[in-house]
Amino acid sequence: MREIEFDVIVKAVKDMIMHCGTDLPQDTYDALEAAMEAEKSPVSKEVIRQILENANIAKDEKRPLCQDTGLAVFFVNVGEDVRIKGGLLRDAINQGTEEGYTEGYLRASTCEPFSRLNLKDTVGYNLPAIIHFDIVSGDKIDIEYAAKGGGSENVSRAKVFPPAAGKDGIVEYVKEVISDAGGNPCPPITVGVGIGGTFEKAVISSKHALFRDLETKHEDPEMAELEERILTEINNLGIGAMGMGGTKTALAVHIESNPCHIASLPVSVNVQCHSSRHTHITI
Amino acid sequence: MATYTLTTPLTSEDTKKLVAGDTVLLNGTIYTARDAAHKRLVDLIEAGEALPFDLEGSVIYFVGPTPPKPGDPIGSAGPTTSYRMDSYSPTMLKHGSKGMIGKGKRNEAVKDACVEYDGIYFGATGGAGALLGKQIRSAEVIAYPELGPEAVRKITVEDFPVTVVNDTKGNDIYQMGRSQYEVKS
Repeated sequence: MREIEFDVIVKAVKDMIMHCGTDLPQDTYDALEAAMEAEKSPVSKEVIRQILENANIAKDEKRPLCQDTGLAVFFVNVGEDVRIKGGLLRDAINQGTEEGYTEGYLRASTCEPFSRLNLKDTVGYNLPAIIHFDIVSGDKIDIEYAAKGGGSENVSRAKVFPPAAGKDGIVEYVKEVISDAGGNPCPPITVGVGIGGTFEKAVISSKHALFRDLETKHEDPEMAELEERILTEINNLGIGAMGMGGTKTALAVHIESNPCHIASLPVSVNVQCHSSRHTHITI
Repeated sequence: MATYTLTTPLTSEDTKKLVAGDTVLLNGTIYTARDAAHKRLVDLIEAGEALPFDLEGSVIYFVGPTPPKPGDPIGSAGPTTSYRMDSYSPTMLKHGSKGMIGKGKRNEAVKDACVEYDGIYFGATGGAGALLGKQIRSAEVIAYPELGPEAVRKITVEDFPVTVVNDTKGNDIYQMGRSQYEVKS
């Protein structure tokens, strides 16, 4: 049984959070540059230029890319042959989150649902983190992290279709969600589509799909084709950067598909703003 | 599409010349408020009580900034999504406010109020918090400090870049832009 010190996890999480807060991942930067080149609307082109200039300022001056520094979302794969020495893994991730958000001058955006009071003085600074654990073979821990903003989360939706809806039904549904959202989720967006599983499996899959690097295609050619089809349909909506009208509404569509019940076709659409702040580390 | 440089407080003369799609560089004092602060401000207006700042000609920025680093007046400060303020904005405009800065579409009641009270809804680039925060020269919490990032701040801006989304004639750049680039299947 391999042992990993509690503090090693804390530091790794803190470093990921502080880095993501100010440094736009290269895959996102590259996708935005390509979108700026391809964009036909001069207004949307200028918006993307501002987004890239913002990324340069944030990186050079270590300022947060966006004032919405998100809720901290983690997917953690824990090897069966590893244990944490000196505390619980969940506590280490939460402690790293609090330290990263505090020392990085990132905003604490977590609040109580009804009083709307910030939980920084009671639960902790931007705590609790949202953590999805899974158990895998091996003696390593893989931690994927993303800072998830509110504007794009607010337009996300899920629905369980009858099986007859098929691919056409899914395409229409994603189009409807993105069309209704317009400029609200800060396009050019990335769209995570979770298909199959149960209701909650589809939702979690749509979230996890957003963690994939933007330039990657789905390994299953059929799903890769569906991703491409949905991307084209979304860009035909004409929403453009920040809703100003244009040809590049989405940078990528990522699908995660799962086996599902013979009676159901669950679909979830999770939207990510242009500031796709995500990274991962294996310890 | 023209570019204007304007200084707050704004007058009807300022706002009526603006057309959806115009670029404006804003200067002077503006006030920050999000959902929770708007609720309190509108409650005060409806109760006939005094507000923490003068609404006449004011521009309200929908923003909850990050904490400032030592030596900076404010942290990153880009716009938040505006529809959450739709139920409050017509009251603010009716009582003298002339402008709002946010991102994303507004409802018909807000657009109608812009026409009736010579108000402008400006869009700033969402997610450009570092760039926009640099155009803020000073910041001071003037009300509701317990709301943290949602407190009302009096901020001074210099050449703060915004685009006219909804003008005093009822135009909407989001609808105009989208219809121009939509590909019908």
